[in-house]
Amino acid sequence: MKFGVVTFPGSNGDYDSYAAVRFAMKEKVEFLWHKSEDLQGCDAVILPGGFAHGDYLRAGAIARFSPIMKHVIKFAKSGGIVIGFCNGFQVLTESGLLPGALLRNNHLRFNSKFIYIRVERTDTPFTGVCRKGEVLKIPIAHGEGNYYNFESDVRKLEDNGQVLFRYADASGNASAAANPNGSINNIAGIVSAEGNVLGMMPHPERAVEDIIGSSDGLKVFESVLNYCISPKPVGRL
Amino acid sequence: MTTTAKTKKVIVYVRLKDGVLDPQGVTIQKALGQMGYPDFVSVRSGKFFELEIDAGASDIDRQINEVCSKLLANPVIERFSVEKI
Repeated sequence: MKFGVVTFPGSNGDYDSYAAVRFAMKEKVEFLWHKSEDLQGCDAVILPGGFAHGDYLRAGAIARFSPIMKHVIKFAKSGGIVIGFCNGFQVLTESGLLPGALLRNNHLRFNSKFIYIRVERTDTPFTGVCRKGEVLKIPIAHGEGNYYNFESDVRKLEDNGQVLFRYADASGNASAAANPNGSINNIAGIVSAEGNVLGMMPHPERAVEDIIGSSDGLKVFESVLNYCISPKPVGRL
Repeated sequence: MTTTAKTKKVIVYVRLKDGVLDPQGVTIQKALGQMGYPDFVSVRSGKFFELEIDAGASDIDRQINEVCSKLLANPVIERFSVEKI
């Protein structure tokens, strides 16, 4: 199993993702430069956090036209595992692989802190090792993480079970107080209708060792690894 | 921006759709109140782009429309309008 981590000019979470796979998971991983025309045979592709292309225009708006994105989109459409953390989530919504948009945080401040997210389902490639309703302690670091979509599309997401992670308190209540950015329905992460593309604002790749505050993020990587080694049909989303 | 006879100038305005929260606008509106201008009851922020396009280009309207909807504005949250000069 090999992970690929895309580096855009302005990415700053690419080494975190790389280190999470290589040193915490002890799995193969390689960097994929944004101008590359080849995914190097990777089984899962990570779009990392950061400020791709300086976040000019809108976060993710320019990155979506980087040459490698054609190949990422093709890979995702053929069922490949694609994960966007933070800025990577913004790139995924801009590129149309995930629905909706990430607006400026409702309080305008850049948020950098540990928060809790609740796992809404476990029959996906990203949460197979979690328990339903499990609460994970994961850091966030973003200024534009306020998930927004049309009311009817949010309803569709909820009905399809595409909301994978929700901001919650330590006991799992998705309360308004636990919502760090104003996201509709406390949405912290969603998957595509087919279930193979994940976008989330929190950073599991920065929570892979207890010494840095939490190792809960490993569960996302372990789930993906298990899925890629023996793919299970994704629950009907 | 100066234009020559060989180019046409186009201004694209991008605004958040009605109903999409604009925390920046809200903050500016609050500041106006604190500055002693309580009569401004709402502020919405946006952006504009000045584009210069080759006057001899074919399908200018189609091209403008495409760059607006593909890149300059995100149709999920924004709308755009075009002013030709």
